[in-house]
Amino acid sequence: MRDVPHHPSPFPPSPLPRSSPTGPGRRSFMAGALAAGLAATGCTPPDTLLSGRTRLRQWNLFAGGDGNRMIEMHDAYQAEHPEIDFRATTFTWGAPFYTKVAMGAAGGRGADIATVHLSRLESLAPGRLLDPIDPALLAEFGIDDTVVLPNIWEKCFFDGELYAIPIDTHVLIQYINLDVCRQAGVLDADDRLVEVSGVDDYFDLLREIQGVTGEYGLSMDTWNPWSNFWALYRQQDGDIVFGEDDFEMDDDKALAAMDVMYRLSEEGLAPRHSRDADTAANLSNGHSGLMIHGNWEIPTLEATGIEFSATQFPAVFGNHRTRGDSHCYVFPHQRDRDPERTRAATEYAAWMLHNSLTWAGGGHIPAYQPVVESSEYDALHPQSEYREAAENVQFEPEAWFSGSAGRLQEEAAGALTTLHQGTQTPEQSLDQLKATIRDLISVPSPV
Amino acid sequence: MTQNTDAPAPRTAPGSATAAPRGLVDVRRRPSSWTGLWFVLPFLAFYALFLLWPAVVGFGYTFTDRSLAGGDISFIGLDNWSESLTDAAMYDSLWNTLWFTILSVPLMVLLALGMALLTDHARRLGWFLRLSFFAPFVLPVTVMTLIWGWMYNPSLGLFNGTLGRFGIEGPEWLFSEDTAMFSVVIATAWWQVGFNYLLYLAAMQSIPKDVYEAAAIDGAGAWQRIGRITLPMLTRTTALIAVLQLIGSLRVFEQIYLMTNGGPNFATRTVIQYIYDSGFVGLRIGLASSMAYVFMVLIIIASVAQFRLFSRKEG
Repeated sequence: MRDVPHHPSPFPPSPLPRSSPTGPGRRSFMAGALAAGLAATGCTPPDTLLSGRTRLRQWNLFAGGDGNRMIEMHDAYQAEHPEIDFRATTFTWGAPFYTKVAMGAAGGRGADIATVHLSRLESLAPGRLLDPIDPALLAEFGIDDTVVLPNIWEKCFFDGELYAIPIDTHVLIQYINLDVCRQAGVLDADDRLVEVSGVDDYFDLLREIQGVTGEYGLSMDTWNPWSNFWALYRQQDGDIVFGEDDFEMDDDKALAAMDVMYRLSEEGLAPRHSRDADTAANLSNGHSGLMIHGNWEIPTLEATGIEFSATQFPAVFGNHRTRGDSHCYVFPHQRDRDPERTRAATEYAAWMLHNSLTWAGGGHIPAYQPVVESSEYDALHPQSEYREAAENVQFEPEAWFSGSAGRLQEEAAGALTTLHQGTQTPEQSLDQLKATIRDLISVPSPV
Repeated sequence: MTQNTDAPAPRTAPGSATAAPRGLVDVRRRPSSWTGLWFVLPFLAFYALFLLWPAVVGFGYTFTDRSLAGGDISFIGLDNWSESLTDAAMYDSLWNTLWFTILSVPLMVLLALGMALLTDHARRLGWFLRLSFFAPFVLPVTVMTLIWGWMYNPSLGLFNGTLGRFGIEGPEWLFSEDTAMFSVVIATAWWQVGFNYLLYLAAMQSIPKDVYEAAAIDGAGAWQRIGRITLPMLTRTTALIAVLQLIGSLRVFEQIYLMTNGGPNFATRTVIQYIYDSGFVGLRIGLASSMAYVFMVLIIIASVAQFRLFSRKEG
């Protein structure tokens, strides 16, 4: 199970409500599909050939709200760059997308530029499936380590070479149903949630909210709990280090995190069963007052019309560390890399970063700091309420099977779901999780 | 020229009375069989290109550590096969597929039969029953899984909401390891039973009316007519439906992938999903190929066994 099904994941009930059935989306998808077809056969489209424009092919995994925002940005980009023959192709989010990127690059005929999750960089074999990016060229277009947060920028390097250009940071945040929380008296005069720290205080807060809703205090995804686990585990400084045939993890800290998940559902403060779409529904119809979910749920909640706000991931273990990832641009490997197109791709990526205020509308925190520090971003609500989360982001452990839509998330979900369901104790769940990870390590890396 | 005249010679060579006509038939059919080949060529080309060739190549992959992400490929002998055959998760997923088949095949055959009998007898409401029984079949799998996913939702869904009104606490449907597979089977039956129903209905309506009339004159009641005429005359159709349903159920993937993605805790992960996970999420196409071959052999065994069983009854 993917733990970050923020873009229409193939699992209902999310896909249909999320994917946009609007005309432009479908048209550009068809155009993209056509472009991909032509690219695959190695033909240059006749109009490119005749006009002498530079051909630029982009692959992405954004549908729904993010997809519409990207199309909006692309329209603006194309209008400003008539000399570029730009075509974007959108693929299904998750494993299907990564399979195609890997296969395209393995044949040396990948797109000129593609969006991926930064956490998947290692699984895409930088150097073989991905071509390095020239930092000097990127700096020429105004993107270097001075405009991107250091914790993100460092993750873009592999073996000393730059392989990724970060677009955003997206994290788990805490949503607030203002109506419910006002009744529970847990908001201050500015409609901000009272600051609590520690497990006991947080549970007390949830109990107060539960008193108002009569159902839950907190809505959270119990079906893909890996992200929640990772945030809670990292708040205690827990880590997983993979070795040659084994791995190390801190059992006590893992158990503490699992215990929180177990007790939340056991006490009825959080649901026993909640998938992606149920999770947002529980908050919007007042079954809970708070929700832990990705920042990408903002458009979903805006569509419901409820009064809501957001804040950083709760400080259950004394700090606001949260599980997150970054969308970034990479250059899939091409056998005959064309310098002119590489330059155009670099310039395109920089342009998208400069204009990422539009992107922030979807809840993502732009990687490009001048945008985050701008007054326009300040005015974005609730985005500006959690911008510090970009500094608290905790990436997944580094291995070929980890990362968004990776094998670890899918396999770990089995063990972790049982905590919420109450069918396994934290000890049993930890045993299963460790067995799962051991299995993944014993498998030879396919990249 | 000589070849043409020579060709039939060996066939007629035995010179026996029975061999001669066979040879003659062959000579006459020959030109037309070549023409026929041109007609099937487009199909054959696609069949060879997209089925036979991948099957052969895939078999070759099973002996390598080939990855979907490219990279160096080395020959690893039977490692993939032994991994497929010793992997506990493989057996778990095989069992899930089998369990789904055991639950769904009898249900979807008997249900279709019952629905067809009902339609056949309720003549006045026939059009309505035909429409409502077959309508779910035309729904795309995504729509079906969305509808049922929400209806099954333990806290917000239709079923538990209705039960709750009567003070009954409903089951956890897709969310519990104990009930998830049953829930998937119920949804699948609702969605897919229409096809079996249609086959039964067509077969029933082709049973000559005079047989029933004759039986009625002899004093056979409605139940006797069903038991002694309708059911025996549907044996062939039942065999066909059972084989098709068996193969269909063994191949189950998409509705489970969409409804539970194999959860909770892998209670509904079928073997095809496990192959998909290994090959397309885990990128290990060599291993996934060997798993697929193991499963293919099992499907062939099951189909042949069932075919033998039914054809013996027929004989």
